[in-house]
Amino acid sequence: MADRDFLVARAFDADAAARPASRAAPRRRPALPGFGLSLGITLVYLSLVVLIPLSAAFIKTTSLGWPAFWAAVSAPRVVASYRLTFGASLAAALVNAVFGLLVAWVLVRYRFPGRRLVDAMVDLPFALPTAVAGIALAGLFAPNGWFGTRLDPLGIKVAFTPLGVFVALTFIGLPFVVRTVQPVLEELPRELEDAAATLGAGPLAVFRRVIFPVVLPALITGFTLAFARAIGEYGSVIFIAGNMPMVSEITPLIIITKLEQYDYAGATAVATVMLVVSFVLLLAINALQAWTRKRQGAQA
Amino acid sequence: MSSRFARFALIGLALAFLAVFLFVPLAFVLVEGLKKGVVAYLAAVSSPDAMDAILLTLLTAAIAVPANVVFGIAAAWAIAKFRFPGKSVLVTLIDLPFSVSPVIAGLIYVLVFGMQGWLGPWLADHDLKVIFAVPGIVLATMFVTFPFVARELIPLMQAQGIEQEEAATVLGAGGWQTFFRITLPNVKWGLLYGVILCNARAMGEFGAVSVVSGHIRGATNTLPLHVEILYNEYQFAAAFACASLLALLALVTLGLKFAVERRMVQHGEH
Repeated sequence: MADRDFLVARAFDADAAARPASRAAPRRRPALPGFGLSLGITLVYLSLVVLIPLSAAFIKTTSLGWPAFWAAVSAPRVVASYRLTFGASLAAALVNAVFGLLVAWVLVRYRFPGRRLVDAMVDLPFALPTAVAGIALAGLFAPNGWFGTRLDPLGIKVAFTPLGVFVALTFIGLPFVVRTVQPVLEELPRELEDAAATLGAGPLAVFRRVIFPVVLPALITGFTLAFARAIGEYGSVIFIAGNMPMVSEITPLIIITKLEQYDYAGATAVATVMLVVSFVLLLAINALQAWTRKRQGAQA
Repeated sequence: MSSRFARFALIGLALAFLAVFLFVPLAFVLVEGLKKGVVAYLAAVSSPDAMDAILLTLLTAAIAVPANVVFGIAAAWAIAKFRFPGKSVLVTLIDLPFSVSPVIAGLIYVLVFGMQGWLGPWLADHDLKVIFAVPGIVLATMFVTFPFVARELIPLMQAQGIEQEEAATVLGAGGWQTFFRITLPNVKWGLLYGVILCNARAMGEFGAVSVVSGHIRGATNTLPLHVEILYNEYQFAAAFACASLLALLALVTLGLKFAVERRMVQHGEH
Protein backbone atom coordinates (compact mmCIF):
# COMPACT_ATOMS: atom_id res chain seq x y z
CA MET A 1 0.00 0.00 0.00
CA ALA A 2 2.71 2.41 1.08
CA ASP A 3 4.81 1.35 -1.91
CA ARG A 4 2.02 2.05 -4.32
CA ASP A 5 1.47 5.50 -2.85
CA PHE A 6 5.18 6.10 -3.12
CA LEU A 7 5.11 5.19 -6.80
CA VAL A 8 2.09 7.43 -7.38
CA ALA A 9 3.85 10.27 -5.62
CA ARG A 10 6.97 9.68 -7.70
CA ALA A 11 4.98 9.45 -10.90
CA PHE A 12 3.41 12.82 -10.13
CA ASP A 13 6.72 14.28 -9.08
CA ALA A 14 7.76 16.18 -12.17
CA ASP A 15 10.84 17.61 -10.48
CA ALA A 16 12.16 14.16 -9.60
CA ALA A 17 12.58 13.28 -13.25
CA ALA A 18 14.42 16.49 -13.96
CA ARG A 19 16.70 16.18 -10.93
CA PRO A 20 20.19 14.79 -11.58
CA ALA A 21 20.33 11.15 -10.49
CA SER A 22 23.44 11.72 -8.37
CA ARG A 23 21.55 14.18 -6.21
CA ALA A 24 18.30 12.26 -6.11
CA ALA A 25 19.67 8.81 -5.38
CA PRO A 26 21.26 9.24 -1.95
CA ARG A 27 18.34 11.35 -0.77
CA ARG A 28 15.77 8.69 -1.64
CA ARG A 29 13.60 8.27 1.41
CA PRO A 30 10.65 6.13 2.34
CA ALA A 31 7.67 8.17 1.18
CA LEU A 32 4.87 8.96 3.56
CA PRO A 33 1.66 7.06 3.06
CA GLY A 34 -1.72 8.54 2.26
CA PHE A 35 -1.00 10.54 -0.87
CA GLY A 36 -3.70 8.86 -2.95
CA LEU A 37 -6.28 8.99 -0.17
CA SER A 38 -5.71 12.62 0.81
CA LEU A 39 -5.49 13.94 -2.74
CA GLY A 40 -8.55 11.86 -3.64
CA ILE A 41 -10.65 13.32 -0.81
CA THR A 42 -9.42 16.80 -1.72
CA LEU A 43 -10.29 16.56 -5.40
CA VAL A 44 -13.67 14.86 -4.88
CA TYR A 45 -14.81 17.31 -2.22
CA LEU A 46 -13.48 20.32 -4.15
CA SER A 47 -15.30 19.16 -7.28
CA LEU A 48 -18.60 18.39 -5.56
CA VAL A 49 -18.82 21.48 -3.38
CA VAL A 50 -17.08 24.12 -5.49
CA LEU A 51 -16.16 23.28 -9.07
CA ILE A 52 -19.26 21.48 -10.37
CA PRO A 53 -21.76 23.97 -8.89
CA LEU A 54 -19.64 26.91 -10.15
CA SER A 55 -19.47 25.41 -13.61
CA ALA A 56 -23.28 25.26 -13.55
CA ALA A 57 -23.29 29.06 -13.66
CA PHE A 58 -21.10 29.17 -16.76
CA ILE A 59 -22.95 26.37 -18.54
CA LYS A 60 -26.31 28.00 -17.84
CA THR A 61 -24.92 31.24 -19.28
CA THR A 62 -23.69 29.63 -22.51
CA SER A 63 -27.16 28.14 -23.04
CA LEU A 64 -28.50 31.69 -23.00
CA GLY A 65 -26.98 32.85 -26.28
CA TRP A 66 -25.05 36.07 -26.81
CA PRO A 67 -27.92 38.53 -27.54
CA ALA A 68 -29.96 37.43 -24.50
CA PHE A 69 -26.83 37.50 -22.33
CA TRP A 70 -25.92 40.99 -23.47
CA ALA A 71 -29.48 42.24 -22.96
CA ALA A 72 -29.49 40.87 -19.40
CA VAL A 73 -26.12 42.28 -18.34
CA SER A 74 -26.44 45.68 -20.02
CA ALA A 75 -29.96 46.68 -18.95
CA PRO A 76 -29.89 50.23 -17.53
CA ARG A 77 -30.91 49.09 -14.03
CA VAL A 78 -28.13 46.48 -14.02
CA VAL A 79 -25.54 48.95 -15.30
CA ALA A 80 -26.58 51.42 -12.58
CA SER A 81 -25.99 48.66 -10.02
CA TYR A 82 -22.47 48.00 -11.38
CA ARG A 83 -21.70 51.70 -11.09
CA LEU A 84 -22.86 51.76 -7.47
CA THR A 85 -21.25 48.44 -6.47
CA PHE A 86 -17.87 49.20 -8.04
CA GLY A 87 -17.89 52.89 -7.13
CA ALA A 88 -18.83 52.38 -3.48
CA SER A 89 -16.43 49.41 -3.19
CA LEU A 90 -13.59 51.51 -4.60
CA ALA A 91 -14.33 54.44 -2.28
CA ALA A 92 -14.61 52.14 0.75
CA ALA A 93 -11.36 50.35 -0.13
CA LEU A 94 -9.58 53.72 -0.53
CA VAL A 95 -10.80 54.93 2.87
CA ASN A 96 -9.70 51.61 4.35
CA ALA A 97 -6.27 51.94 2.71
CA VAL A 98 -5.73 55.33 4.41
CA PHE A 99 -7.24 54.49 7.80
CA GLY A 100 -6.01 50.88 7.74
CA LEU A 101 -2.43 52.12 7.34
CA LEU A 102 -3.03 54.60 10.17
CA VAL A 103 -4.51 51.94 12.50
CA ALA A 104 -1.69 49.49 11.69
CA TRP A 105 0.90 52.21 12.37
CA VAL A 106 -0.70 53.18 15.69
CA LEU A 107 -0.98 49.54 16.81
CA VAL A 108 2.63 48.69 15.91
CA ARG A 109 4.46 51.86 16.96
CA TYR A 110 2.57 53.30 19.93
CA ARG A 111 1.78 51.93 23.37
CA PHE A 112 -1.48 53.05 24.94
CA PRO A 113 -3.97 51.51 27.37
CA GLY A 114 -6.35 49.09 25.66
CA ARG A 115 -4.05 48.55 22.70
CA ARG A 116 -4.35 44.74 22.78
CA LEU A 117 -8.13 44.96 23.03
CA VAL A 118 -8.25 47.31 20.04
CA ASP A 119 -5.91 45.00 18.14
CA ALA A 120 -8.18 42.00 18.77
CA MET A 121 -11.32 43.99 17.91
CA VAL A 122 -10.02 44.96 14.45
CA ASP A 123 -11.16 41.51 13.27
CA LEU A 124 -14.76 42.15 14.36
CA PRO A 125 -16.03 42.56 10.77
CA PHE A 126 -14.71 39.04 10.03
CA ALA A 127 -16.48 37.57 13.06
CA LEU A 128 -19.73 39.56 13.21
CA PRO A 129 -22.47 38.09 11.00
CA THR A 130 -23.12 40.50 8.15
CA ALA A 131 -26.85 40.77 8.89
CA VAL A 132 -26.04 41.98 12.41
CA ALA A 133 -23.63 44.59 11.07
CA GLY A 134 -26.28 45.59 8.54
CA ILE A 135 -29.10 46.28 11.00
CA ALA A 136 -26.70 47.99 13.44
CA LEU A 137 -25.37 50.41 10.81
CA ALA A 138 -28.88 51.00 9.42
CA GLY A 139 -30.16 51.80 12.93
CA LEU A 140 -27.21 54.10 13.73
CA PHE A 141 -27.37 56.09 10.50
CA ALA A 142 -31.17 56.22 10.17
CA PRO A 143 -32.49 59.80 10.53
CA ASN A 144 -33.52 59.06 14.14
CA GLY A 145 -30.40 56.98 14.97
CA TRP A 146 -27.39 57.95 17.11
CA PHE A 147 -25.34 59.15 14.12
CA GLY A 148 -28.29 60.07 11.91
CA THR A 149 -29.69 62.72 14.28
CA ARG A 150 -26.30 64.45 14.25
CA LEU A 151 -25.74 64.23 10.50
CA ASP A 152 -29.28 65.10 9.44
CA PRO A 153 -29.08 68.82 10.47
CA LEU A 154 -25.91 69.09 8.37
CA GLY A 155 -27.89 67.89 5.37
CA ILE A 156 -25.97 64.60 5.22
CA LYS A 157 -28.19 61.60 4.58
CA VAL A 158 -26.45 58.25 4.90
CA ALA A 159 -29.12 55.59 5.46
CA PHE A 160 -31.09 54.58 2.38
CA THR A 161 -28.69 56.41 0.01
CA PRO A 162 -25.53 55.34 -1.90
CA LEU A 163 -23.55 56.83 1.00
CA GLY A 164 -25.04 54.09 3.21
CA VAL A 165 -23.67 51.44 0.83
CA PHE A 166 -20.24 53.05 1.18
CA VAL A 167 -20.48 53.00 5.00
CA ALA A 168 -21.41 49.30 5.10
CA LEU A 169 -18.61 48.39 2.67
CA THR A 170 -16.09 50.38 4.73
CA PHE A 171 -17.06 48.35 7.80
CA ILE A 172 -16.76 45.04 5.97
CA GLY A 173 -13.33 45.86 4.47
CA LEU A 174 -11.80 47.37 7.60
CA PRO A 175 -9.56 44.47 8.75
CA PHE A 176 -7.91 43.71 5.39
CA VAL A 177 -5.45 46.60 5.08
CA VAL A 178 -4.65 46.58 8.82
CA ARG A 179 -3.84 42.86 8.75
CA THR A 180 -1.72 42.98 5.59
CA VAL A 181 0.26 46.11 6.56
CA GLN A 182 0.74 45.31 10.28
CA PRO A 183 3.31 42.47 9.87
CA VAL A 184 5.34 44.53 7.38
CA LEU A 185 5.51 47.48 9.77
CA GLU A 186 6.51 45.15 12.61
CA GLU A 187 9.51 43.95 10.60
CA LEU A 188 10.54 47.41 9.44
CA PRO A 189 13.75 48.23 11.33
CA ARG A 190 13.51 51.46 13.27
CA GLU A 191 17.18 52.20 12.56
CA LEU A 192 16.18 52.96 8.99
CA GLU A 193 13.92 55.81 10.08
CA ASP A 194 16.42 57.02 12.68
CA ALA A 195 19.16 57.08 10.06
CA ALA A 196 16.98 59.07 7.68
CA ALA A 197 16.04 61.48 10.46
CA THR A 198 19.71 61.88 11.44
CA LEU A 199 20.50 62.73 7.84
CA GLY A 200 18.05 65.61 8.14
CA ALA A 201 14.80 64.18 6.80
CA GLY A 202 11.63 65.51 8.41
CA PRO A 203 8.89 63.14 9.60
CA LEU A 204 6.93 63.52 6.36
CA ALA A 205 9.99 62.88 4.24
CA VAL A 206 10.81 59.79 6.33
CA PHE A 207 7.29 58.50 5.77
CA ARG A 208 7.30 59.24 2.06
CA ARG A 209 10.82 58.06 1.26
CA VAL A 210 11.43 55.26 3.80
CA ILE A 211 8.22 53.80 5.21
CA PHE A 212 5.78 54.16 2.35
CA PRO A 213 7.86 52.33 -0.31
CA VAL A 214 8.29 49.36 2.03
CA VAL A 215 4.62 48.99 2.95
CA LEU A 216 3.30 49.77 -0.55
CA PRO A 217 2.96 46.15 -1.80
CA ALA A 218 1.12 45.12 1.38
CA LEU A 219 -1.02 48.24 1.19
CA ILE A 220 -2.07 47.48 -2.40
CA THR A 221 -2.73 43.83 -1.48
CA GLY A 222 -4.96 44.86 1.44
CA PHE A 223 -6.73 47.40 -0.74
CA THR A 224 -7.45 44.78 -3.41
CA LEU A 225 -8.66 42.26 -0.81
CA ALA A 226 -11.03 44.84 0.68
CA PHE A 227 -12.24 45.83 -2.80
CA ALA A 228 -12.85 42.20 -3.82
CA ARG A 229 -14.76 41.50 -0.62
CA ALA A 230 -16.87 44.65 -0.99
CA ILE A 231 -17.99 43.83 -4.55
CA GLY A 232 -19.71 40.62 -3.50
CA GLU A 233 -21.02 41.85 -0.14
CA TYR A 234 -24.74 41.53 0.45
CA GLY A 235 -25.84 41.10 4.08
CA SER A 236 -24.42 44.26 5.61
CA VAL A 237 -25.50 46.45 2.68
CA ILE A 238 -29.16 45.68 2.02
CA PHE A 239 -30.45 47.00 5.34
CA ILE A 240 -28.79 50.42 5.08
CA ALA A 241 -28.99 50.85 1.28
CA GLY A 242 -32.72 51.44 0.83
CA ASN A 243 -32.43 49.36 -2.35
CA MET A 244 -33.97 51.87 -4.75
CA PRO A 245 -33.59 50.76 -8.38
CA MET A 246 -31.13 52.94 -10.35
CA VAL A 247 -30.03 54.70 -7.14
CA SER A 248 -29.04 52.45 -4.25
CA GLU A 249 -29.43 48.91 -5.58
CA ILE A 250 -26.25 46.77 -5.51
CA THR A 251 -25.49 44.05 -8.07
CA PRO A 252 -25.83 41.07 -5.67
CA LEU A 253 -29.35 42.32 -4.88
CA ILE A 254 -30.15 42.42 -8.63
CA ILE A 255 -29.25 38.71 -8.76
CA ILE A 256 -31.58 37.96 -5.83
CA THR A 257 -34.41 40.03 -7.34
CA LYS A 258 -34.10 38.20 -10.66
CA LEU A 259 -34.13 34.86 -8.83
CA GLU A 260 -37.28 35.80 -6.95
CA GLN A 261 -38.90 36.61 -10.30
CA TYR A 262 -37.83 33.13 -11.55
CA ASP A 263 -35.53 34.81 -14.10
CA TYR A 264 -32.80 32.18 -13.56
CA ALA A 265 -31.06 32.92 -16.86
CA GLY A 266 -30.90 36.66 -16.17
CA ALA A 267 -29.66 36.11 -12.62
CA THR A 268 -26.97 33.73 -13.89
CA ALA A 269 -25.87 36.15 -16.63
CA VAL A 270 -25.28 38.96 -14.10
CA ALA A 271 -23.63 36.46 -11.73
CA THR A 272 -21.24 35.42 -14.52
CA VAL A 273 -20.11 39.02 -15.00
CA MET A 274 -19.40 39.25 -11.26
CA LEU A 275 -17.63 35.88 -11.22
CA VAL A 276 -15.30 36.92 -14.03
CA VAL A 277 -14.43 40.14 -12.18
CA SER A 278 -13.86 38.13 -8.97
CA PHE A 279 -11.54 35.65 -10.73
CA VAL A 280 -9.49 38.46 -12.25
CA LEU A 281 -9.19 40.04 -8.80
CA LEU A 282 -8.20 36.68 -7.26
CA LEU A 283 -5.37 36.32 -9.77
CA ALA A 284 -4.30 39.92 -9.11
CA ILE A 285 -4.29 39.23 -5.36
CA ASN A 286 -2.16 36.11 -5.84
CA ALA A 287 0.35 38.08 -7.91
CA LEU A 288 0.36 40.92 -5.35
CA GLN A 289 1.00 38.53 -2.48
CA ALA A 290 3.91 36.98 -4.34
CA TRP A 291 5.27 40.49 -4.91
CA THR A 292 4.87 41.35 -1.20
CA ARG A 293 6.72 38.19 -0.14
CA LYS A 294 9.52 38.91 -2.59
CA ARG A 295 9.85 42.48 -1.34
CA GLN A 296 9.87 41.31 2.27
CA GLY A 297 12.44 38.67 1.42
CA ALA A 298 14.63 41.34 -0.16
CA GLN A 299 14.28 43.50 2.95
CA ALA A 300 15.31 40.77 5.37
CA MET B 1 6.94 68.30 21.67
CA SER B 2 5.51 68.28 18.16
CA SER B 3 6.19 64.56 17.82
CA ARG B 4 4.26 64.01 21.07
CA PHE B 5 1.39 65.99 19.65
CA ALA B 6 1.55 64.01 16.42
CA ARG B 7 1.45 60.77 18.37
CA PHE B 8 -1.68 61.76 20.29
CA ALA B 9 -3.33 63.06 17.13
CA LEU B 10 -2.63 59.82 15.23
CA ILE B 11 -3.82 57.58 18.09
CA GLY B 12 -6.93 59.74 18.50
CA LEU B 13 -7.75 59.66 14.81
CA ALA B 14 -7.29 55.89 14.58
CA LEU B 15 -9.43 55.27 17.66
CA ALA B 16 -12.14 57.64 16.44
CA PHE B 17 -12.32 55.74 13.14
CA LEU B 18 -12.51 52.39 14.94
CA ALA B 19 -15.12 53.76 17.38
CA VAL B 20 -17.44 54.86 14.58
CA PHE B 21 -17.14 51.66 12.58
CA LEU B 22 -16.57 48.98 15.27
CA PHE B 23 -17.29 49.87 18.87
CA VAL B 24 -20.42 51.99 18.53
CA PRO B 25 -22.22 49.53 16.18
CA LEU B 26 -21.42 46.67 18.58
CA ALA B 27 -22.70 48.64 21.59
CA PHE B 28 -25.75 49.70 19.59
CA VAL B 29 -26.79 46.06 19.03
CA LEU B 30 -26.71 45.33 22.77
CA VAL B 31 -28.45 48.57 23.77
CA GLU B 32 -31.24 48.18 21.20
CA GLY B 33 -31.72 44.53 22.13
CA LEU B 34 -32.31 45.45 25.77
CA LYS B 35 -34.36 48.56 24.98
CA LYS B 36 -37.67 46.99 25.98
CA GLY B 37 -36.23 45.42 29.11
CA VAL B 38 -34.76 42.09 30.10
CA VAL B 39 -38.13 40.30 30.05
CA ALA B 40 -38.82 41.28 26.44
CA TYR B 41 -35.24 40.35 25.57
CA LEU B 42 -35.57 36.87 27.03
CA ALA B 43 -38.99 36.43 25.39
CA ALA B 44 -37.52 37.36 21.99
CA VAL B 45 -34.57 34.98 22.16
CA SER B 46 -36.64 32.09 23.57
CA SER B 47 -39.66 32.34 21.27
CA PRO B 48 -40.38 29.09 19.39
CA ASP B 49 -39.31 30.62 16.05
CA ALA B 50 -36.06 31.89 17.57
CA MET B 51 -35.37 28.49 19.18
CA ASP B 52 -35.96 26.71 15.87
CA ALA B 53 -33.62 29.17 14.17
CA ILE B 54 -30.92 28.63 16.80
CA LEU B 55 -31.21 24.85 16.48
CA LEU B 56 -30.97 24.98 12.68
CA THR B 57 -27.93 27.27 12.92
CA LEU B 58 -26.24 24.84 15.32
CA LEU B 59 -27.14 21.84 13.13
CA THR B 60 -25.75 23.57 10.01
CA ALA B 61 -22.46 24.36 11.74
CA ALA B 62 -22.33 20.82 13.21
CA ILE B 63 -22.33 19.38 9.67
CA ALA B 64 -20.41 22.03 7.70
CA VAL B 65 -17.50 22.49 10.13
CA PRO B 66 -16.52 18.78 10.51
CA ALA B 67 -16.86 18.30 6.74
CA ASN B 68 -14.45 21.17 6.14
CA VAL B 69 -12.10 19.87 8.85
CA VAL B 70 -11.81 16.48 7.13
CA PHE B 71 -11.29 18.20 3.78
CA GLY B 72 -8.83 20.71 5.22
CA ILE B 73 -6.68 18.01 6.80
CA ALA B 74 -6.72 15.88 3.64
CA ALA B 75 -5.85 18.87 1.43
CA ALA B 76 -3.05 20.03 3.74
CA TRP B 77 -1.60 16.49 3.94
CA ALA B 78 -1.55 16.10 0.16
CA ILE B 79 -0.24 19.61 -0.54
CA ALA B 80 2.29 19.95 2.29
CA LYS B 81 3.77 16.45 2.35
CA PHE B 82 3.99 15.53 -1.34
CA ARG B 83 5.11 17.04 -4.63
CA PHE B 84 2.83 16.87 -7.62
CA PRO B 85 2.17 18.99 -10.70
CA GLY B 86 -0.68 21.49 -10.55
CA LYS B 87 -0.22 22.06 -6.83
CA SER B 88 -0.35 25.86 -7.04
CA VAL B 89 -3.50 25.66 -9.18
CA LEU B 90 -5.06 23.45 -6.51
CA VAL B 91 -4.17 25.94 -3.77
CA THR B 92 -5.74 28.76 -5.79
CA LEU B 93 -8.90 26.70 -6.38
CA ILE B 94 -9.21 26.03 -2.64
CA ASP B 95 -9.23 29.81 -2.06
CA LEU B 96 -11.85 30.34 -4.74
CA PRO B 97 -14.96 30.43 -2.50
CA PHE B 98 -13.51 33.45 -0.66
CA SER B 99 -13.70 35.54 -3.81
CA VAL B 100 -17.20 34.45 -4.84
CA SER B 101 -20.10 36.61 -3.66
CA PRO B 102 -22.25 34.77 -1.08
CA VAL B 103 -25.28 35.47 -3.26
CA ILE B 104 -23.63 33.64 -6.16
CA ALA B 105 -22.71 30.79 -3.79
CA GLY B 106 -26.43 30.35 -3.17
CA LEU B 107 -27.34 30.79 -6.82
CA ILE B 108 -25.08 28.01 -8.09
CA TYR B 109 -26.79 25.48 -5.81
CA VAL B 110 -30.18 26.63 -7.09
CA LEU B 111 -28.86 25.98 -10.62
CA VAL B 112 -27.84 22.42 -9.66
CA PHE B 113 -30.60 21.35 -7.27
CA GLY B 114 -33.48 23.79 -7.97
CA MET B 115 -36.66 22.82 -9.84
CA GLN B 116 -35.22 24.20 -13.10
CA GLY B 117 -31.74 22.92 -12.29
CA TRP B 118 -29.75 19.87 -13.39
CA LEU B 119 -30.94 17.54 -10.65
CA GLY B 120 -34.24 19.28 -9.84
CA PRO B 121 -36.60 16.96 -11.78
CA TRP B 122 -34.82 13.84 -10.53
CA LEU B 123 -34.98 15.06 -6.92
CA ALA B 124 -38.68 15.89 -7.31
CA ASP B 125 -39.38 12.37 -8.67
CA HIS B 126 -37.74 10.89 -5.61
CA ASP B 127 -39.48 13.28 -3.24
CA LEU B 128 -36.20 14.85 -2.14
CA LYS B 129 -35.79 18.54 -1.39
CA VAL B 130 -32.48 20.37 -1.34
CA ILE B 131 -33.37 23.96 -2.24
CA PHE B 132 -35.74 25.67 0.22
CA ALA B 133 -34.79 22.90 2.64
CA VAL B 134 -32.07 22.10 5.18
CA PRO B 135 -29.66 20.27 2.78
CA GLY B 136 -29.40 23.40 0.62
CA ILE B 137 -28.60 25.53 3.65
CA VAL B 138 -25.89 23.09 4.73
CA LEU B 139 -24.39 22.93 1.21
CA ALA B 140 -24.32 26.72 0.79
CA THR B 141 -22.68 27.02 4.21
CA MET B 142 -20.10 24.38 3.29
CA PHE B 143 -19.25 26.40 0.18
CA VAL B 144 -18.69 29.75 1.93
CA THR B 145 -16.66 28.16 4.77
CA PHE B 146 -14.77 25.81 2.45
CA PRO B 147 -11.25 27.35 2.60
CA PHE B 148 -11.01 28.26 6.31
CA VAL B 149 -9.41 25.11 7.78
CA ALA B 150 -7.35 24.20 4.70
CA ARG B 151 -5.75 27.64 4.36
CA GLU B 152 -4.68 27.60 8.03
CA LEU B 153 -3.20 24.10 7.84
CA ILE B 154 -1.46 24.19 4.43
CA PRO B 155 1.21 26.85 5.21
CA LEU B 156 1.65 25.45 8.72
CA MET B 157 2.27 21.88 7.58
CA GLN B 158 4.47 23.09 4.72
CA ALA B 159 6.64 25.00 7.19
CA GLN B 160 6.96 21.96 9.45
CA GLY B 161 8.30 19.75 6.65
CA ILE B 162 8.19 15.95 6.61
CA GLU B 163 11.24 14.91 8.66
CA GLN B 164 9.30 13.92 11.79
CA GLU B 165 6.75 11.90 9.85
CA GLU B 166 9.52 10.19 7.88
CA ALA B 167 11.31 9.29 11.08
CA ALA B 168 8.12 7.76 12.46
CA THR B 169 7.62 5.77 9.25
CA VAL B 170 11.20 4.48 9.33
CA LEU B 171 10.64 3.35 12.92
CA GLY B 172 7.67 1.33 11.73
CA ALA B 173 4.67 3.54 12.49
CA GLY B 174 1.67 3.15 10.23
CA GLY B 175 0.10 6.03 8.34
CA TRP B 176 -2.72 6.77 10.78
CA GLN B 177 -0.41 6.28 13.76
CA THR B 178 2.02 8.80 12.27
CA PHE B 179 -0.80 11.21 11.63
CA PHE B 180 -2.40 11.01 15.07
CA ARG B 181 0.86 10.87 17.08
CA ILE B 182 3.06 13.28 15.08
CA THR B 183 1.24 15.51 12.62
CA LEU B 184 -1.95 16.27 14.52
CA PRO B 185 -0.23 17.33 17.79
CA ASN B 186 2.09 19.57 15.74
CA VAL B 187 -0.76 21.46 14.11
CA LYS B 188 -3.45 21.30 16.79
CA TRP B 189 -3.53 25.04 17.52
CA GLY B 190 -3.58 25.95 13.85
CA LEU B 191 -6.41 23.47 13.32
CA LEU B 192 -8.36 24.93 16.24
CA TYR B 193 -7.78 28.42 14.81
CA GLY B 194 -9.25 27.37 11.48
CA VAL B 195 -12.20 25.66 13.19
CA ILE B 196 -13.01 28.82 15.19
CA LEU B 197 -13.06 31.01 12.08
CA CYS B 198 -14.95 28.38 10.07
CA ASN B 199 -17.57 28.03 12.80
CA ALA B 200 -18.12 31.79 13.14
CA ARG B 201 -18.74 32.11 9.42
CA ALA B 202 -20.93 28.98 9.33
CA MET B 203 -23.19 30.27 12.09
CA GLY B 204 -23.29 33.83 10.77
CA GLU B 205 -23.65 33.30 7.01
CA PHE B 206 -26.50 35.31 5.55
CA GLY B 207 -26.34 35.94 1.79
CA ALA B 208 -25.74 32.40 0.54
CA VAL B 209 -28.21 30.86 2.99
CA SER B 210 -30.79 33.53 2.19
CA VAL B 211 -30.86 32.46 -1.49
CA VAL B 212 -31.40 28.74 -0.83
CA SER B 213 -33.54 28.90 2.31
CA GLY B 214 -36.94 30.13 1.17
CA HIS B 215 -37.37 31.71 4.64
CA ILE B 216 -39.83 29.15 5.99
CA ARG B 217 -40.30 29.93 9.66
CA GLY B 218 -39.65 27.06 12.02
CA ALA B 219 -38.22 25.01 9.14
CA THR B 220 -35.51 26.73 7.07
CA ASN B 221 -34.79 29.85 9.09
CA THR B 222 -31.30 30.22 10.51
CA LEU B 223 -30.63 32.77 13.23
CA PRO B 224 -29.28 35.47 10.85
CA LEU B 225 -32.36 35.00 8.62
CA HIS B 226 -34.63 35.21 11.67
CA VAL B 227 -33.00 38.56 12.52
CA GLU B 228 -33.80 39.80 9.01
CA ILE B 229 -37.45 38.71 9.22
CA LEU B 230 -37.97 40.40 12.59
CA TYR B 231 -36.27 43.56 11.35
CA ASN B 232 -38.39 43.71 8.19
CA GLU B 233 -41.50 43.31 10.36
CA TYR B 234 -40.40 46.36 12.37
CA GLN B 235 -39.92 44.23 15.50
CA PHE B 236 -36.67 46.07 16.10
CA ALA B 237 -36.15 45.19 19.78
CA ALA B 238 -36.65 41.48 19.05
CA ALA B 239 -34.43 41.67 15.96
CA PHE B 240 -31.62 43.28 17.94
CA ALA B 241 -32.14 40.83 20.82
CA CYS B 242 -31.53 37.89 18.45
CA ALA B 243 -28.73 39.85 16.77
CA SER B 244 -27.07 40.30 20.16
CA LEU B 245 -26.72 36.50 20.44
CA LEU B 246 -24.78 36.56 17.17
CA ALA B 247 -22.74 39.55 18.37
CA LEU B 248 -21.91 37.54 21.49
CA LEU B 249 -20.80 34.67 19.26
CA ALA B 250 -18.53 37.14 17.43
CA LEU B 251 -16.99 38.35 20.70
CA VAL B 252 -16.41 34.77 21.91
CA THR B 253 -14.85 34.02 18.52
CA LEU B 254 -12.47 36.99 18.81
CA GLY B 255 -11.57 36.02 22.39
CA LEU B 256 -10.80 32.41 21.44
CA LYS B 257 -8.92 33.55 18.35
CA PHE B 258 -6.78 35.87 20.47
CA ALA B 259 -6.03 33.09 22.98
CA VAL B 260 -5.16 30.56 20.26
CA GLU B 261 -2.92 33.08 18.47
CA ARG B 262 -0.88 33.45 21.67
CA ARG B 263 -0.60 29.65 21.97
CA MET B 264 0.52 29.43 18.36
CA VAL B 265 3.29 31.96 18.97
CA GLN B 266 4.38 30.02 22.08
CA HIS B 267 4.40 26.70 20.24
CA GLY B 268 6.10 28.18 17.20
CA GLU B 269 3.17 27.24 15.04
CA HIS B 270 2.77 30.67 13.59
